[in-house]
Amino acid sequence: MLPVILFGVTFLIFCVFSLLSPMERLATYVRDPGTLKNPQSAARLISKYHLDDPFPLGYLNWLKRMASFDLGWSQSANQPIWEAICQRFPATLELVLYSIIPVILVGIWLGVISAVHHNDMLDQTIRVTAIIGWSLPTFIFGLLVLFIFYGVLGWLPPGRLSSWAQDIVYTAQSFRNYTGLITIDALLNGNISIFWDAVRHLIAPIITLSYINWAYLLRITRSSMLETLRKDYVRTARSKGIEENTVIHLHAKRNALIPVTTVAGMMIISMLGGVMITETIFNYPGLGFWAASSAQQLDYGSVISFALLFATIMVVGNLIVDISYALIDPRVRLE
Amino acid sequence: MNRILRKLFSNATSLVGIILLAIFMLIAILAPIIAPPFADDPYIIPRMSWEIKPQPPGSLMSEDIRQIYEFTGREIKYEKAICGTAEGGYDIFYGLIWGTRTAFKIGIVTVFFSMLIGLICGSIAAYFGGWIDEILMRITDIFLSFPFLVAAMVLTTILGRGLDKVMIALVVFGWMGYARVIRGSILSAKEETYVIAAKALGVKDSKIIWKHLLPNTIFPVLVQASMNIGSMVITASALSFLGVGAPVGYADWGQMVSFARNWIIGSPGNAGGYWYTVFYPGIFIVFFVLAWNLVGDTLRDILDPRLRGEL
Repeated sequence: MLPVILFGVTFLIFCVFSLLSPMERLATYVRDPGTLKNPQSAARLISKYHLDDPFPLGYLNWLKRMASFDLGWSQSANQPIWEAICQRFPATLELVLYSIIPVILVGIWLGVISAVHHNDMLDQTIRVTAIIGWSLPTFIFGLLVLFIFYGVLGWLPPGRLSSWAQDIVYTAQSFRNYTGLITIDALLNGNISIFWDAVRHLIAPIITLSYINWAYLLRITRSSMLETLRKDYVRTARSKGIEENTVIHLHAKRNALIPVTTVAGMMIISMLGGVMITETIFNYPGLGFWAASSAQQLDYGSVISFALLFATIMVVGNLIVDISYALIDPRVRLE
Repeated sequence: MNRILRKLFSNATSLVGIILLAIFMLIAILAPIIAPPFADDPYIIPRMSWEIKPQPPGSLMSEDIRQIYEFTGREIKYEKAICGTAEGGYDIFYGLIWGTRTAFKIGIVTVFFSMLIGLICGSIAAYFGGWIDEILMRITDIFLSFPFLVAAMVLTTILGRGLDKVMIALVVFGWMGYARVIRGSILSAKEETYVIAAKALGVKDSKIIWKHLLPNTIFPVLVQASMNIGSMVITASALSFLGVGAPVGYADWGQMVSFARNWIIGSPGNAGGYWYTVFYPGIFIVFFVLAWNLVGDTLRDILDPRLRGEL
């Protein structure tokens, strides 16, 4: 299944790419836009890169180049596209990791709690919060966060690091980059002040990126847990005199979490779309920020590569979700 | 049908949604009266000054702009920026009012066409089954492999700026949900006796789908459509916010929020001094989307008996 989807994804991206003229496509490979002004050298380059080939041949050539990570030249980043991606990937990874893990842990915990303490006031509050969460677009919520925590209170600055910390992290010899995730690198280097600075810059983007998922995950966990708690086997467990805590966490929770897994797929989608907006609002130097500014500058090569990358991440992410389905639910595993 | 309408109007949450929608519709219809256009194209927001810095609510049209209007012989319809001006002197009030029309246009057009594509694709896949189903559903999967916002941004970038390009991008990557829903309901409905009876009588396939199956299975799709209008408007606004959507100066709420981006923090000693640049467009977007979601959420609860009293 996976190869078919990946083939389809690359094919679709190439179709979109082919909407551009050969000249515009050539611009994504050329470092110096000046060479395009000369029609002769431009024509030579077009045939060199097979940009005027018939569609199927062009697709194969393009695929070959993408597979060898020769993605072209990014005008907006002024470096090869693959290099630009590698350089910005850790920043985005750091943001997304910290946005997913707390949501899953705390969101499920809260959902279970609110299902166990089922009362109508809380019920309505959660429902209304979820709808308002859906209706509040990320770019408005993010601006509000920026306004309150930076504009008014001055606590959480935009960017990834303060300038003094940037000097240390990117130039000082003594600071070694192990993972590219600044919070972890700072701890490995034993530099608490840089760790604290990185955390201060991360909090606001994390809130912005994950607030929709909080509401959503909580709601799904809650309704699924409510349903499970009414099942016969839970009643049997209770009537056998098993402690309430064990019934909830060992018997009910595991089954209630099965539908929650599907939400994880949804979360990946909203995260991948959300990083563009979140990073743009907070000037956070990751992939999303770069993609958005490439789109504004009509840097087609970068935008196409970005789409290819994110589609691949999403396909692989959904595969992981499917596998974790089997891990949680023994019935799926047996099939 | 009557039962559904009665419930929609008796439920407090959906009533709020319906009232909000009615207000927005009034604004959209009366736009030429509330905010009379200056230019030939009414969707171009008039500028109240050349000033880059936003001007507070109640500020007047600057002298040089007034001279331009007098010089070109155009009538100045009003000269007070009630809600202030955004970056570049664009009148916020005018953008809000005409942006309502833009929002309705985006929401209704994109949802209509993506629903149409989804219905055709999903019903054909479910009705004929076999390899047709397999191929159509794999194509759906492929389109679903792109994060919606990312895909829409890429396609809009390639097609070029403009509201029509944004709508094309939203439709191209927005139909898959409908296809899946309608496929699911037709798969179960096509085993019903009335369909088998119609087949036995020799009714054409297209007529069975159109006259017998769709009327019986379309309700869940309509619920989805009403919720979807809000998210389409959000995505279109997000594209404008990222700078790839509507052209500069077009009456569009997302773009007005993006005008506010550089000013939201305020200036030193004056935190939040430019609150109006994000407050008004933000309120309009949130209430518009909220209205559709409230109606859609209640519709879903009414139509799905399993959810009654549960959620």
